[in-house]
Amino acid sequence: MNPFSSGTRLRDMIKAIRACKTAAEERAVVRKECAAIRSSISENDQDYSHRNIAKLMFIHMLGYPTHFGQMECLKLIASAGFPEKRIGYLGLMLLLDERQEVLMLVTNSLKQDLGHTNQYIVGLALCALGNICSAEMARDLAPEVERLLLTRDPNIKKKAALCSIRIIRKVPDLAENFSSPATSLLKEKHHGVLIAGVQLCTDLCKVSEDASNHLRKNCTEGLVRILKDICNSPYAPEYDIAGITDPFLHIRVLRLLRMLGHGDADTSEYINDILAQVASKTESNKNAGNAILYECVETIMGIEATSGLRVLAINILGRFLSNRDNNIRYVALNMLMKAISVDSQAVQRHRTTILECVKDSDASIRKRALELVFLLVNDTNAKPLTKELIDYLEVSDQDFKGDLTSKICSIIEKFSQEKKWYIDQMVKVLSLAGNYVKDNVWHALIVAISNAPDLQGYSVRSLYKAFQLSSEQVSLVQVTIWCIGEYGEMLVNNVGVLQVEEPMTVTESDAVDVLESCLTHHSTDITTQSMCLIALLKLSSRFPPSSGRVKEIITTHIGSVVLELQQRAIEFNSIIQRHQNIKSSLVERMPVLDESTFISKRAGSSQANISTEKSNQQLPSGASLKLSNGVAKPAASPLVDLLDLSLDDTPVPTSTSNDFLHDLLDVGLTNSSSSASGTDILMDLLSIGTPVQSNTTPENGSSIKGFNDILPIAKPNTATVQVVDLLDGLASNGSHPGAQSPVHPSITAYQSSTLKITFSFTKQPDKPQVTQIHATFMNLSSEAYTDFIFQAAVPKFIQLHLDPANSNHLPASGNGRITQTFTITNTQHGQKPLAMRIRIAYKVSNQERLEQGQINNFPPGL
Amino acid sequence: MLGGQLISVLRREIVEEGDEKGVNSMGIRFVLLVNKQGQTRLAQYYAEHLTLDERRALEGEIVRKCLARTEQQCSFVEHRNYKIVYRRYASLFFLVGVDNDENELAILEFIHLFVETMDRHFGNVCELDIMFHLEKAHFMLEEMVMNGCIVETSKSNILAPIQLMEKAS
Repeated sequence: MNPFSSGTRLRDMIKAIRACKTAAEERAVVRKECAAIRSSISENDQDYSHRNIAKLMFIHMLGYPTHFGQMECLKLIASAGFPEKRIGYLGLMLLLDERQEVLMLVTNSLKQDLGHTNQYIVGLALCALGNICSAEMARDLAPEVERLLLTRDPNIKKKAALCSIRIIRKVPDLAENFSSPATSLLKEKHHGVLIAGVQLCTDLCKVSEDASNHLRKNCTEGLVRILKDICNSPYAPEYDIAGITDPFLHIRVLRLLRMLGHGDADTSEYINDILAQVASKTESNKNAGNAILYECVETIMGIEATSGLRVLAINILGRFLSNRDNNIRYVALNMLMKAISVDSQAVQRHRTTILECVKDSDASIRKRALELVFLLVNDTNAKPLTKELIDYLEVSDQDFKGDLTSKICSIIEKFSQEKKWYIDQMVKVLSLAGNYVKDNVWHALIVAISNAPDLQGYSVRSLYKAFQLSSEQVSLVQVTIWCIGEYGEMLVNNVGVLQVEEPMTVTESDAVDVLESCLTHHSTDITTQSMCLIALLKLSSRFPPSSGRVKEIITTHIGSVVLELQQRAIEFNSIIQRHQNIKSSLVERMPVLDESTFISKRAGSSQANISTEKSNQQLPSGASLKLSNGVAKPAASPLVDLLDLSLDDTPVPTSTSNDFLHDLLDVGLTNSSSSASGTDILMDLLSIGTPVQSNTTPENGSSIKGFNDILPIAKPNTATVQVVDLLDGLASNGSHPGAQSPVHPSITAYQSSTLKITFSFTKQPDKPQVTQIHATFMNLSSEAYTDFIFQAAVPKFIQLHLDPANSNHLPASGNGRITQTFTITNTQHGQKPLAMRIRIAYKVSNQERLEQGQINNFPPGL
Repeated sequence: MLGGQLISVLRREIVEEGDEKGVNSMGIRFVLLVNKQGQTRLAQYYAEHLTLDERRALEGEIVRKCLARTEQQCSFVEHRNYKIVYRRYASLFFLVGVDNDENELAILEFIHLFVETMDRHFGNVCELDIMFHLEKAHFMLEEMVMNGCIVETSKSNILAPIQLMEKAS
């Protein structure tokens, strides 16, 4: 006999596990036990299988894998004795769940046990079925369960009712079979049957409209009677909890009445009286009573109750809210959130108490209260509430600050009626909890400041003041840096002083000090440092006397180990050294950032799924677009995506939250893509309008416009530029075919793992706005494509004419090509670059595939 | 043929949707017993599809959160998409994970009923009773809760099958 198979007793195993001092020891014991159980199972040792499953249950509870015991459970279930079946079913429910294939094997045993003469065995099978049955099993065994619903034995009845809940959740089609037996359950006296029956009815209401109408008609009266009986019943020791008979049944009945009365005036009226009775008669000095009151209030709020009843409910909540017990206060806050949609005036009355709860020491209560306050804010109370919350922000727990900050920010954004208030509050929040503020919040602040010319001076001054006090809040620092870079002279010259402001004197060197200290501070991250560098560059032009010092600071970063900083420092250094004459126009103030675009982008990024209508709404009026298809086919919904191309001048890159950074230009760097976006900005700054190969991605249309004017001035300069100079692109301008020449390099317009598209361009010299594009499609995969269709969409200022393709069949592995020619007319030639969205549909062995993309890398000058 | 396919796809979607709804309105999602040291002493999940690792992680997170709270704080903690209602009895914590729309106070009462039932059976129940008679604790819980719904609230009804079995053996 195997020395392991005899095994230790369950008791000894538990003792051994308890005696373990470390996790490693416990693992060792469990491993040994599992080995013993495995070998015992493989030897088919009947005597120990009961004990094995008991051990496995314990091991499973500790969190170790026990799948090897699953078959053993099935064997035990199939055996004849009750104790074996008992543990087998228990093991089944613990060790298996409905996803396992093994479960199908138990269907037959279950069916037999459901028909067993022993009520306890039937009960076991019902319980197991109710806990783990899958949709297939539900279909197979539903008739058995239906039959058991009609038996005499209350213990079987109640379990069959709960089992039916599982069945109709798995297979809602079966609901209609259960609605009439469910109704009859409500006529029983046994509490277990009643509570199970009520829950079954509740679930029927959820899955089927018919069933809920049926129940509304046939059960309301019975439910009211049940509630009346248990409310008025004399002391029932079996079900008594703190002087109340079966609060669980109370609650379930109230819940079902809520579902039946919801949106139905007649039923609501019918149950008004009993609800009033429960609400006024139930003792509220014990938890059980409060649980019933709580449910009752929720039901009153959920149905079409009379106003008197609502007042009663609100009063109960008021009592709850002033209770000393935290549990009761918690549920009161929870309830008030639901009540707010019914009677917001009544909830507003408790505002001060709720505000106190935001400051509670208990995290759960704080969280609830904060959510409630957020719902309570309206135009009239936004200001005082914001003040309260901001005051509290100062003293709140560290781990609560994140939630609190984001809620305060949304309140400020949602309810700001005047810009000055908005800016003031945001500066306060940033200086108190700037580290918790999300990026898009401070981006919004920058957009707002940029759109408020008369407050820019005020903003930069208050940011400067705030920065002096709390320089460790990242987002405050970033906004301050940006504003000093843009509006530095307003800070120094006290431009646009408001009456409320205290006069202050800031010198140029103070402003540079701020940037220098940020740049050199040990905790500053790369984004902030990059912003500092740009702000410094801007200041060197705004404050000519300080430019020497700025240059020194920038020079110290030429050797930075961070590529991004080094690159910026070198570029900026060469701008200061060699390009004084273009510097001032290079670092001009940012064009006003478009608020509506930003808001719509934010809305877009916050909602992952924008419905079709929504994205249409986002289009500015008149932004319709010419859509040409290779074949005559109505615009399918994916094409709607193509539309937002015309949103603004800039070709919108895909991920919105980052784009905004690009728009800001200064902040054009995120950690994830630092080097890439860095280069793009370089391109923007230095190579606009110059055909520096094909990859130039113009990120900011408006800045291009500004820079186009600069170029002619820049050109003469290039003669002196060294070969190593970063402005090389300009130098090569002379030799490179420029805007006059109609020759444009071909580009790879789109490439995926399966498909490559190249575009080549021809232009007629007399019509600069018209370009003919020859597209060549190449199949990179190993399977041929059929039904190949190419579609394209362009912004409204471009006209597109597609000629038919030469074929719609694309052989595999680049062994053939499809070519298609189309003509585009850029009505704003020379002002706006070309952009295009494309969509390619084809079939691979009769499976439809779809690819889409955006082309921004058109050579400039088209 | 295509029509048939479509219908079967639709039906599957409906079933899955129904499943989702079902899970969302389960009532009780799990019952956990944990001692002061954070060791699990009983765990029963209802229709929660968690792998062993997920389960361990979840239990660890919940236990850390609940055990850190003081007596005066309320008995409800929100964690992930659960609400956890917990109650402490000597060295044992009873944690019940429920849906957001479940009546928290009633769950507190349910925990107490569970403890009283075990008390009646074991006589002043303690951690060791539950450890060494894990299957009995499960039998009781099974009589009280099925598929996340409360099925019986009378202690003698709950204990009847267990007592019968003990008499028989």
